[in-house]
Amino acid sequence: MSKSSASTNGATLWAKTPKANAELFSLTYGSLVTEVVRDADGNVNEINEQLEKIGYSIGIRSVDEFLAKSNAAHCRSLQDTAQVLGKTAFKMFLGIDCDVQILSPTTFSLIMQENPLYLFVELPENYKETLQYAILYCGIIRGALEMLNYKVECTLVKNILKGDDVDEIKVELKQILQDGAGDDYKED
Amino acid sequence: MSRTTPNILDRPLGGRGSRAGTADAQVSLSSFAYLYSELVQYHQNRVDSISELERRLESSGYQVGLKVLELITYRNREYKREIRLMNILQFVSTQVWKSLFGKNADSLERSIDNANEFMIVDYEPLTSTFVSVPADLGQLSADAYMSGIVAGVLNGAGFQAQVTAHSVALEEGEHNGAPGWSGSLLPPRKEKAVFLVKFAPEVLERDAGMD
Repeated sequence: MSKSSASTNGATLWAKTPKANAELFSLTYGSLVTEVVRDADGNVNEINEQLEKIGYSIGIRSVDEFLAKSNAAHCRSLQDTAQVLGKTAFKMFLGIDCDVQILSPTTFSLIMQENPLYLFVELPENYKETLQYAILYCGIIRGALEMLNYKVECTLVKNILKGDDVDEIKVELKQILQDGAGDDYKED
Repeated sequence: MSRTTPNILDRPLGGRGSRAGTADAQVSLSSFAYLYSELVQYHQNRVDSISELERRLESSGYQVGLKVLELITYRNREYKREIRLMNILQFVSTQVWKSLFGKNADSLERSIDNANEFMIVDYEPLTSTFVSVPADLGQLSADAYMSGIVAGVLNGAGFQAQVTAHSVALEEGEHNGAPGWSGSLLPPRKEKAVFLVKFAPEVLERDAGMD
């Protein structure tokens, strides 16, 4: 699917999807993060891991909704997938425009100028460098692509809350999974 | 680092027109639903009982309520502070509801039995729209988060109150409007949410003294 049709499709989907207030969304995520921070006793790796896990669980479910509603054309390559992910899916769910940069046949970056998760957020000094507030998205992308048989690794390479001018999520394809039941389900 | 982001307190408060001059910032309803379901699951994995789960959801909402009160008050150009009981309840069921959920609460009722109890009714509360409570969690009200928000707003405004959420079965013909959130995709709801607001006695005394 070409770049422009992916973003047109995204805009159409965004126009007809029912909406919720982004402030409520942002505040709700904020209260979830606060809770995670409290439960993790300040262990920042644990916090990031937990937030990523939460995203993963959203990803594996939201991909179904996306496929059911989006009518997106079949992707023939990872580049196509990257466009659909950045231009269509992010638009449909969050209403934001993402720039997609293809870095290599197996890696791409999603660049976000704005982020609805950040509406009222500022990280305290001790978490500024380490806490990855938007790692939720990494989990979502990992979960969603895993359901499409792409095993990927996502990293938040740029982070507005840390002082960068944009958010950048780098997605690296690790492996293409094979369809079919796992070994446990096979007959001898 | 190409530019230093201004401190959050130096940035505009946002709200109407904050996002590139368009309408209020929005995300898709399903994004919120996914996130909320994760919030519930996160708490659910860490509690032993239904009431504890509700309490944790309430405390999450409470913090949100405090912030929402501040936000709405600042954005409201009159900088008016509600000091009367009925006014603050009106404020909650109209302005707070409207800014968070995009509609007013469906009704505001006074309890017949107890003078300090009020009920805010919502036929389609956002937080339980996509939640079905399994049988083993029978009494759970997934709207506890919303009751926490209400409690946060009221306590923040100086009206000490306890707020609890209850799912109450609809009586026949009570509410048969079209579901607002997801069009006709969802089956009609059989329950409404009632937020029971119980004010502390001194709040009522104070209010009576102002008449």
